[in-house]
Amino acid sequence: MFNKIHDNIFRALNSDFLYSFKHSPVAIVSFIVALTLVLGAVLAPFYAPHNPFDPATLNLMNGFSAPMKPNQFTGEVFLLGTDDQGRDVFSTILYGMRISLFVGFAAVTFAMVLGVSLGLIAGYVGGWLDALMMRIADVQLTFPGILVAMLIFGIAKGFTPIDQRDQMAIWVLIIAIGLSEWVQVARVVRGATLVEKNKEYVQAARLNGRRSGGILIGHILPNVLGSVLVIATISLALAIIAEATLSFLGVGAPPTKPSLGTLIRIGQGYLFSGEWWILLFPAVTLLALALSVNLLGDWLRDALNPKLK
Amino acid sequence: MKKRTQKRTLVKIRNLDRLFDVSKPFLNRIIEREERKILRAVDDVSIDIDEGETFALVGESGSGKSTVAKMVVGLLPPTKGSIEIDGIDLSDKSKIKELRKLRSEIQMIFQDPFASLNPRWRVEKIIAEPIRSFALEKNEKAIIAKVAELLTLVGLDPSDGRKFPHEFSGGQRQRICIARALASKPKFIVCDELTSALDVSVQAQILNLMKDLQDEFSLTFLFISHDLSVVRHMANRIGVMYLGRIVEISNSKDLFENPKHPYTKMLLDAIPDLEMSGKDRNPIEGEIPNPIDPPKGCTFHPRCPFANERCRKEIPMPIKSDSSIITCHGVEEGRIGKE
Repeated sequence: MFNKIHDNIFRALNSDFLYSFKHSPVAIVSFIVALTLVLGAVLAPFYAPHNPFDPATLNLMNGFSAPMKPNQFTGEVFLLGTDDQGRDVFSTILYGMRISLFVGFAAVTFAMVLGVSLGLIAGYVGGWLDALMMRIADVQLTFPGILVAMLIFGIAKGFTPIDQRDQMAIWVLIIAIGLSEWVQVARVVRGATLVEKNKEYVQAARLNGRRSGGILIGHILPNVLGSVLVIATISLALAIIAEATLSFLGVGAPPTKPSLGTLIRIGQGYLFSGEWWILLFPAVTLLALALSVNLLGDWLRDALNPKLK
Repeated sequence: MKKRTQKRTLVKIRNLDRLFDVSKPFLNRIIEREERKILRAVDDVSIDIDEGETFALVGESGSGKSTVAKMVVGLLPPTKGSIEIDGIDLSDKSKIKELRKLRSEIQMIFQDPFASLNPRWRVEKIIAEPIRSFALEKNEKAIIAKVAELLTLVGLDPSDGRKFPHEFSGGQRQRICIARALASKPKFIVCDELTSALDVSVQAQILNLMKDLQDEFSLTFLFISHDLSVVRHMANRIGVMYLGRIVEISNSKDLFENPKHPYTKMLLDAIPDLEMSGKDRNPIEGEIPNPIDPPKGCTFHPRCPFANERCRKEIPMPIKSDSSIITCHGVEEGRIGKE
């Protein structure tokens, strides 16, 4: 057991993958930025000045404080200022990022599970099933992803009772974004499956009495996961942006539990009245998060593509 | 050569046909007004393979030998005809239990040792796959021991099991493939272009290993190759395929010393030979015709120097003698082979 772990660590440290990482400044910087933001969001409850989701900790008198300046009524100082309800912008960003990241990760996981399983089945079984699935995917691709997500969001909202809408909103968001992103995954996985299933090791497995399920999971899945990893990373950035867009449009996370998109929506109302910090800081955070994840995804695609080495 | 006490037919292939639909998709066919295109990859092939012998199928690329191999192991269903191995018809769905047992007794070794091993699996897992799948050993400990034994058997070290396929050379990978094929204790192994991806020095090692294994486990081989020198080294009997049909089946010795069919002669004339250095060889003239639209009559007639009117019209029937089968009008009429 120890040997196995040791082996794996040794292999990982000596891989081309790590070499490529060490020699890509963009990847290193993006990785550090993304890691800081994710850790910052995850650990927020331990160090955030206060919990913006808890109305009891808010003081309306603190509203519209400028960054690093004492409030004119209470004299309290806020690192990044406060918004209209007196919520500390720094804390709302941290907590908002938790929601953005949670929705992003969950939506991507959902899209991956759906896309990978459907892609594997379509590619391996082929025939009319493949044709049917890929035509559905084609039709969905003709609509912009955000439109599909809004449509699904709207339908799902119609089904949830009014008093549960705020709690359900995040789950509906996840399903909506996941359903709008499975197509890319399914297509890539299907393509990779078509290549793998004709390789001789799959034929050998069939000869050795392995059933289709075992071949799909044991042989083909591990060999298509590389390409899935790349889309997963890029989809994560897309999902975070999609969530922000939906929330910005007012159909995503509710104002009581704001995500980065909701914060930007709140902030844009005050931009021209001088309270620029309410908009700027969430927007910059969103930009940094999406950009770093996207750049990481780009690097990953190149690093895992042997033809570019 | 071993003395064979009993000659039992292990593999019986009868009138095997395989068609491939290579036409364009339905919509394109309608728009471009094209007919369906059917490729006849294998046409009326009948072969008997005796227990313990090595039967080789030779022919140019596209002659259908790999398709025959895939049908024999059950990777492709035949369009027509029957394959019987050890007395059990492969298409007989009523004998599922026997078929499953039979599955473990038929193995195949593939041409490309780089594509035939899953790059993400350790060698020990690859070799253990048939053992686990057919539940041949009782517990994990026995499986590990068996894998080590197999690795030693094919000339690798038991510690190689911990490695991944990409850590091996082509010849070593082919040894791993052989170990995997032996893992299910097969009786019959189909080798599809076993050595064509290896360099010559390694080819000889692998072929000798196969011979040793055949003696040790009394295996029966179906050897698919286009390399006649390999075939000469390995085979007891040889079948020559041309455009999906068998043109000649004969003992290895007879075939090399006294080829009857004009196509076999052409093939043998094209072998590079040290003693012939300096002299001109006769390369095979022409190319194999398009199997979608094969020539009428004997399919070999456009390239055959002896072809006459009958060859262009009438499909020749196999002529059986005690040790050979020849499909040629010229041989039947005595026009060919009496010079």
